Amino acid sequence: MTTRSIRKPRNNAGWLHRDWRLYVMLILPVAFYLIFCYKPMVGVIIGFQKFNMFKGMWGSKWIGLENFRFVMNMPDFPVALQNTLWLNFLGLVAGFPVPIILAILLNEMKSIKVKKVSQTLLYLPHFLSWIIIGGMVLQIFSPKTGIINATLLRLGWIDKSIPFLTDGPHWQATYTLIGVWQSMGWGTILYLSAITGINMELFEAAKIDGANKLQQIWHVTLPGIRSTIVILLILNVGQMMNISFDRPYVLGNPMVQNYCDVLSTFVYRAGITNSQFARATAVGLFQSVVGLILITGANIIARRLGEEGIW
Amino acid sequence: MAEKIITPDQHEIVVKKAKIWTPAQIILTIVIILFSLTCLLPFVNVAAVSFSSKSAILRGDVSFWPVDFETTAYQAIFSDKSMTRSLVFTIIITVVYTLFSMIMTILMAYPLTKKRLRGRNFFSFLALFTMYFSGGIIPHYLNIKELGLMDSPWALILPGMLSTYNMIILKSFFQTLPNELEEAAIIDGANDFQVLLKVYLPLSMASLATLTLFYAVGKWNSFQDALYYIQTKAYQPLQLKLYHIIKGSQAVDVAALEGGASTVATSVSESIEPASIIFATLPILVVYPFVQRYFVAGVTIGAVKG
Repeated sequence: MTTRSIRKPRNNAGWLHRDWRLYVMLILPVAFYLIFCYKPMVGVIIGFQKFNMFKGMWGSKWIGLENFRFVMNMPDFPVALQNTLWLNFLGLVAGFPVPIILAILLNEMKSIKVKKVSQTLLYLPHFLSWIIIGGMVLQIFSPKTGIINATLLRLGWIDKSIPFLTDGPHWQATYTLIGVWQSMGWGTILYLSAITGINMELFEAAKIDGANKLQQIWHVTLPGIRSTIVILLILNVGQMMNISFDRPYVLGNPMVQNYCDVLSTFVYRAGITNSQFARATAVGLFQSVVGLILITGANIIARRLGEEGIW
Repeated sequence: MAEKIITPDQHEIVVKKAKIWTPAQIILTIVIILFSLTCLLPFVNVAAVSFSSKSAILRGDVSFWPVDFETTAYQAIFSDKSMTRSLVFTIIITVVYTLFSMIMTILMAYPLTKKRLRGRNFFSFLALFTMYFSGGIIPHYLNIKELGLMDSPWALILPGMLSTYNMIILKSFFQTLPNELEEAAIIDGANDFQVLLKVYLPLSMASLATLTLFYAVGKWNSFQDALYYIQTKAYQPLQLKLYHIIKGSQAVDVAALEGGASTVATSVSESIEPASIIFATLPILVVYPFVQRYFVAGVTIGAVKG
């Protein structure tokens, strides 16, 4: 048995002799990254080709930006782009403040039992797939038999079913609310842990100075979680171009096609359903590049503001 | 009397027993309970509908308790072999995927915590860059096709095997363990494999449990990969199966709204859809209360150095 030490290796080849086991560990994960992440990154070149499945990406003809030009002129594309940005914007405006408020409320709860039970319930939607949530939404918001419309009709508050999922603007509102509902509880976790990080003496001092609960929240709690709020806001803005596939795909339906079609569903339809691989790749590449610019920009702004960046 | 209570998630709360239920606290509690109910009642409603008769559902009579209690929908689901087969398939896929993922995550995270490792920055960058840039859906799809994984269960396991986010969580945790542990083990003659297996992993059980759950829930809920890569019915995971059931019954709704008398409407029993939802959710609902605290721990670890 050789005794090895973590001190500097004596000669140049020593580090390999010393650390080869660490490199062996890295083989599988690095292979994973190369095959399943970096190979598809090379694959984006078909976005610049007249791609032919049989010739492959090295045999297909190069056509420059032709695919991008074609896609920009497709009537569906601006609709999908606009919906993506609009739905993300609605989600941010409606959904961002809710976890903050909820976290402050939970933090003020004195009854630990009630707090624990409500936290358990509030976190639950985060663990359900969008298929399950979508199924429940279709059930609950259904025009005649769903509990919401049925109850409102019976109470006589409305005389016609509310078209939650079959009218465009209604659909977007429902989509947004469901998103807020799904993420509000889970979103409190980071804020709650930030609140516990606030020095208790600040609250004591505020109390002695005669601050009531609301003043304490405004002058101590909120400034105390300011950096968490800023970081999460910036991260969210950086994600404006990204939209999940499952949620719009499951909640969407042909009746609201112009309101529910987003980039992810557009790419799926054009690329996989209709096999227009090169054009759909061009859309994906456009999305990735703009996304990268947004997230990098957001991070630079965060640093300028004197907050710790995400890197 | 003031009493100090430290809850498991380290909220330190000073409780004055006599004064808990002030008017402000009561209002606060009501508001919180209302929020919580929005997370509970949808399940109660869907469950109630799944146990109700078709005519009661069509009349819109069912709220939070079954009307004309019956279990026909569940009998239909359990007698449908494809449904139970799909459940078993999903369990197998989830277990295999989680196992593979944990191995990959540990193998990537551990070497990256070693400052002495040459090329550490390169490997870190290799991982981190994938969080900010991806080739997009279609190149990934074509990649699976080229690798010959199309319509194979491996297409559901291999492509998402390593989550960089989870890897960073584990790496951050490893970094909190003191270096002296490793040095002591090396003096005792242990090599890197032994240090990882006998020192680091036993000390990281809570973090490992958290990540196991992250991966397992992620796979249990995943739908997109199955939709893209799987055609064979036998390889349809539960979420994809559920999706087809839901879309089937939605088509009926849309047809009804457009005034068209749908013949499909009569063939799809109204309670099948809610019963399938409950069927697919039950495994999560059963496990969830017991494992919830591990998830919460994972989020806060990730926040330290995410």
